[in-house]
Amino acid sequence: MSRSLKFALTGLALAALAGAGATIVGAPDVAPAQERAAAPVKKLGIGREATTQEIAGWDIDIRPDGHGLPPGKGTVKQGEDIYMTQCAACHGEFGESAGRWPIVSGGSGSLATHDPVKSVGSYWPYASTLMDYIRRSMPFGNAQSLSNDELYAVTAYVLYLNDIIRDESFELSAQTFKSVRLPNEPNFYDDDRETAEKAFWRKEPCMSNCLPGRAAVTGRARVLDVTPEPGKGPKVE
Amino acid sequence: MTQHDDGPRPLPSRRALLRAGLAGGAVALGGPALAQLGKTNPANLPPNVADWSKMLGDGVAVRTYGKPAKFESHIGRRDVSWLTASPQSSVSFTPLHEIDGPITPNGLCFERHHAGIAELNPTDYRLMLHGLVDKPLMFTLDDIKRMPRVNRAYFCECAANSGMEWRGAQLNGCQYTHGMVHCVMYTGVPLKVLLQEAGVKPNARWLLLEGGDASAMTRSLPLQKALDDALVAYRMNGEMLYPENGYPVRMVIPGWEANMWVKWLRRIEVGDQPWHTREETSKYTDLLENGRARRFTYVMDAKSVITSPSPQAPVNHKSGFTVLSGVAWSGRGKIARVDVSLDGGRNWRTARLDGPVWDKAIARFYYEFDWNGGELLLQSRAVDETGYVQPTKDELRKVRGVNSIYHNNGIQTWLLHRNGEVENVEVS
Repeated sequence: MSRSLKFALTGLALAALAGAGATIVGAPDVAPAQERAAAPVKKLGIGREATTQEIAGWDIDIRPDGHGLPPGKGTVKQGEDIYMTQCAACHGEFGESAGRWPIVSGGSGSLATHDPVKSVGSYWPYASTLMDYIRRSMPFGNAQSLSNDELYAVTAYVLYLNDIIRDESFELSAQTFKSVRLPNEPNFYDDDRETAEKAFWRKEPCMSNCLPGRAAVTGRARVLDVTPEPGKGPKVE
Repeated sequence: MTQHDDGPRPLPSRRALLRAGLAGGAVALGGPALAQLGKTNPANLPPNVADWSKMLGDGVAVRTYGKPAKFESHIGRRDVSWLTASPQSSVSFTPLHEIDGPITPNGLCFERHHAGIAELNPTDYRLMLHGLVDKPLMFTLDDIKRMPRVNRAYFCECAANSGMEWRGAQLNGCQYTHGMVHCVMYTGVPLKVLLQEAGVKPNARWLLLEGGDASAMTRSLPLQKALDDALVAYRMNGEMLYPENGYPVRMVIPGWEANMWVKWLRRIEVGDQPWHTREETSKYTDLLENGRARRFTYVMDAKSVITSPSPQAPVNHKSGFTVLSGVAWSGRGKIARVDVSLDGGRNWRTARLDGPVWDKAIARFYYEFDWNGGELLLQSRAVDETGYVQPTKDELRKVRGVNSIYHNNGIQTWLLHRNGEVENVEVS
């Protein structure tokens, strides 16, 4: 499945679903009733229109093209104060993370090594993702509490920690947002397993003498045992 | 068969610190069931007559909502505390070794939360549907329950299931290596019914699914999948969804990674391009050996695991007739067959699928054999109806490297020792 799928069929698919769903609401139960399509031919008339105000309260997503950016602005400098009080305890003063909390900076050049560090600067493809995520999920345990200005400021500061923004006086806003690009964007590509891993579709899987010699144990979980002890998890009660 | 302990030791030292306290974990894990049952009491055995054969038990409605027998109280979801920073953003695992058949009991379905369990009041539940539609709509739970509904059993597997095993055998038990999967019968409304109510505009291509918990988790869903088989579900195995599984409403995206099955569903926005949210960029993208990463890797490849014998379900007899059992599933359709090897993948025989084999659901398999009491290297290999054959771990590493975290569907090996204990191993 990928973006390159032919979505030109959309209209057709909608028509098909209307046609395929031959069940008419309220029709007598005649045919063998197993697994008939549940899509009605006509609209059900269930649900009411959502108001503009209701949508505005919940519609908080931001896309890479800037769709959804709220009004507001904030500088790196302003963001530093917010970051230190609301973020640094988990993510570290420099974004290096405390304990197992997610790292937000560093790791440049590490992705092709066996110790990859996937930070905003080293891995994330889009700055919009950072802002969208802070807006909906952060601070952890006090989500959706930042003002739009605070959101812009703290986003700017995290980008500054990642050397994406280099000027402390930089002011992030819907206008300046479009100038921000993350370096790893070109290194993502759509799922290609069905071609790249075509060899996993095999006509006749091997049934006998599939590998040479006898199997030897090459690694054991017990040696590096990190399995939790019984009773440490939640009790069933 | 010889055992060598000099294989790669890929774990960070942080984890190694835990070793001292956890030595012999495999033996202990096999033990709790036996320990609970304790020693046989001759007073309960013939020719004597047990107390429960003489005295009255609880009457009806004392247990208004039934629970498993007290002797089964060791069964439960477990977590791996070193995996995550906080239990509110973490995972617990299905005890696959303690259940049978294709269906997972509701209370044992693995959990994955990003901000803890949201406790929504169903009266205040609202689902918003807006964006590129003719008419933005708001639905109550009663609205959704009034719509035409279907019943479908589907597996739900976290893309990170078996993610700790990329660099080698690490966790001793199928609960931990494979327990981020469950399979329940959902009752819900096809998503296309809701979209039809709102009227999707011709330029619509993608949907944003958003949760109502304190992470407001979001994923972009291609419209084509939404019109195919996605469900807006509110029941699991007949019961209303449990809070930890998204009560009152969650998405069901058959065959696709569980992260997309947004729980506590509060909003669906229709758009013309993907949103590239955190869960589809920073997470749930598959980093390959060359430093590049695959995105939108939705489908869960065919996979299987032997649940018994397994490290937490050792063999308790010395030799003789033995039932090997396991589960298999594929995000591309039905399981066509499962093969089993007792010699680490040299020779295979086809197992018996038993019970219903549904599309994109867990299928249960059995292989009955006479165990001679010697060491065995047990493996299972799933084949789905598209002809995809579950690869070995080495085959998978060859094409993906070891940094992917997600989508590890390599063949699992269990070493069955002569004393009946079972261990998670890797083989040549």
